[in-house]
Amino acid sequence: MTTVRPVVATRLSVSSPARRASRLWASVALSLVAVTFVVPLAWIVLAAFDATATYETRLPDTWTIDNFRAVLTPQTTFIPIMNSVGLASLTASLTVLASLLAAYPLSRYRSRFHKGFMYGVLFGTCLPITAIMVPVYSVFVFLGLLDSFFGTVLFLTASSLPMAIFMTKNFMDAVPVALEEAAWIDGASAMKALGTVVVPLMRPGIAVVFVFVFLQAWGNFFVPFVLLFSPEKQPAATSIYTFFGQFGSIAYGQLAAFSMLYSLPVIVLYVLASRLIGGSFALAGSVKG
Amino acid sequence: MTHAPSAGSPSRQRRRTRGSSALRALVRGGPLVPAAILLAVFLIVPIMWAFIGSFTNATLTGVTATQPEWVGTANYERLFADPDFSLSLWLTLVFTLASAVIGQNVLGFAIAYLMTRASRRIAAIVGGVVVLAWVLPEIVAAFIAYAFFSREGTLNQLLGLVGLTGDNWLFIAPMATVILANIWRGTAFSMLIYRAALSEVPPDLMEAAEIDGANGWQRLVRVTLPVLRGTIATNLMLVTLQTLSVFTLIYVMTAGGPGNASATLPVFAYQEAFRFGSIAYGTAIATVMLVIGAVFSLGYIAVLRRAEADR
Repeated sequence: MTTVRPVVATRLSVSSPARRASRLWASVALSLVAVTFVVPLAWIVLAAFDATATYETRLPDTWTIDNFRAVLTPQTTFIPIMNSVGLASLTASLTVLASLLAAYPLSRYRSRFHKGFMYGVLFGTCLPITAIMVPVYSVFVFLGLLDSFFGTVLFLTASSLPMAIFMTKNFMDAVPVALEEAAWIDGASAMKALGTVVVPLMRPGIAVVFVFVFLQAWGNFFVPFVLLFSPEKQPAATSIYTFFGQFGSIAYGQLAAFSMLYSLPVIVLYVLASRLIGGSFALAGSVKG
Repeated sequence: MTHAPSAGSPSRQRRRTRGSSALRALVRGGPLVPAAILLAVFLIVPIMWAFIGSFTNATLTGVTATQPEWVGTANYERLFADPDFSLSLWLTLVFTLASAVIGQNVLGFAIAYLMTRASRRIAAIVGGVVVLAWVLPEIVAAFIAYAFFSREGTLNQLLGLVGLTGDNWLFIAPMATVILANIWRGTAFSMLIYRAALSEVPPDLMEAAEIDGANGWQRLVRVTLPVLRGTIATNLMLVTLQTLSVFTLIYVMTAGGPGNASATLPVFAYQEAFRFGSIAYGTAIATVMLVIGAVFSLGYIAVLRRAEADR
C-alpha cells in the first residue's frame, strides 16, 4: 500500500464514549440473558427448602431442611446415589483404561489402519446413541445382559469410548516422543513406556477424560431406563423419575431436594475439571473442531 | 486441538521387509483390542442388529419376542404409510431447526460475542449461569423445565405479574415448550465453542477494520463471521447431531404428547418399541434415525477434512 494512513490519530482509545456505550449495552443484554437462564433454576433451590412447595417460584414461608431429611433415607437417596457412583466411576475407569491403551498405537504409529480407525471413532462420536437403544435392548436380551448392572456399565463404556479415545489421543499427541525413546533405549517395552513415561505426563488430560465420562454416565437417564429394571439397581437418574411419578400428589419439595443432592457432585466436578484445564472452555474446548 | 486424525503425529515408522512389517503392525495394534471389542459388541452389533431386526416381526413379549420371523420390508411399508411417522419426522425437523440451528447456535454466538465486549465480571457470571443449565443432569433439567411451564409454574406466575392468565403450556404448546427448554439447556455448548473461537480471531484484523471506519455491525458481518466460517459449520453439525438424539427432555416434559404432538423420532421409537411392544417397528424407526445421523456425521467429517486440508 502506498498511502500512509493517519493511524494514531483515528485509533479510538479504550475509554472513548462510543466504546463505553457499547460496553454498557453488551452488559445490559448479557444481564438479561443471565436472568432468563437463572429464573427456571431458582424454583428448584427455593422449593427444596420450602415445607409447602408447589411448582410456583416463591420464597418459602418457613425455611426448612425437612425435605432433605425426608429424602435422606437408604431407599430414596443412599442406594440410588451409591448405584450412580458405581455406574459412573466403573464406566469412567474402564473407558479411561481402554482409551489409554487404544490411543497409544493411534498416537505413536502411523498406519492406514489407524487412520481408518480414527475416522471410525470420529463417526462414532457423532452417532445418536438414543437411536440405537431399541436394538441395544434386543442385543441385551440375546446376550442375557438385561437388568445387569455390569452389562449397563459395559454399554455406557462403549458409547463413551469414541469421544474418550479422541480426547485421549489428542492429549497423548502433546507428549513428546523423545522421552519414550529414552525409555526404549533402556529396554522398556511399549507398554512399560506408556505406563511409566506417557501416563504420568498426561495426568491432567486423563483426569479431564475421566470427569467427562463420569459426568455423562452420572447424568444419563435413557440407558439405565431401558436396560435396568430391579429397583435396587437403579441409579439416581432413574430412581428420581419413579419418585416423581409414583406419588399421586407429588412431593415437590422432596423432589427438589433430591434433585439438588443429585446435581451437586456434577457441579463440583465440572468446576474442578475447568480449573484443571485452566479456563472455562474446559470440556467443550477439548472436543471442539 | 484438532478433531480429525492428525497427519502430523509423531511417527516412528522405519522401512523394513513386508512380512515383518505386517507382523509388527499386528503387535503394535494390540492395545487397540479392548476398545475394539467393546465398540464391536456394544455399538457395531446393535447397529447391524437395527438393520436386520427391522426386517422381522420381533415383539417385546410373546412368542415373537424369542423367535421373530422374517417379514421383509413390511415394517418399512407400514412406516412410510404411517401418518404418525411423517408427523414425527416433521417434528424432529422443527425441533432441530428451531432449538439447535436457530436457538442454541444463534443465541450461543450472541452471548459469546457480547462477552467479548461486556465487562469481564458480567461475562463471567453469565458464562457460569448458562453453563449451569448445561451441566445439570438431563433429568433434573427436564424437571425444572416441566415445573417452569406447568399450569402453576413460574412462567404463568410471571405472566400474572403483567395481568395475563396462562394455561398449561405443556399441553397447549408442547413443541414450543420443549424447544425453549432445549435452548435453555443446550446453548452453553455453542457459547463455549464460539467463545474459544472468538478469542482466536486475530485482534489486528479487528483493528484494521476499525481504522477503515467499519462500525460494529460491519465488523461482525464482514470480518468476524467470515473468519469463523469453519467453527460455525462445525458447531452447526455438532448441535444438530446432539439435538437429533434428545430423548429425556421431551419424554419427561410431555412424553411425546398430547397424542403424538411432540413425539420426535427418539420418543416415537421408544413408544412404539416399549409401550406398544413392537420391537421390530421401533427398530425400523431406529434405522431411519441412524441413516439420518450417519448422513450428518459424514457431512461433519467432510467439513473437518476440508478444514484440515486448508490448514
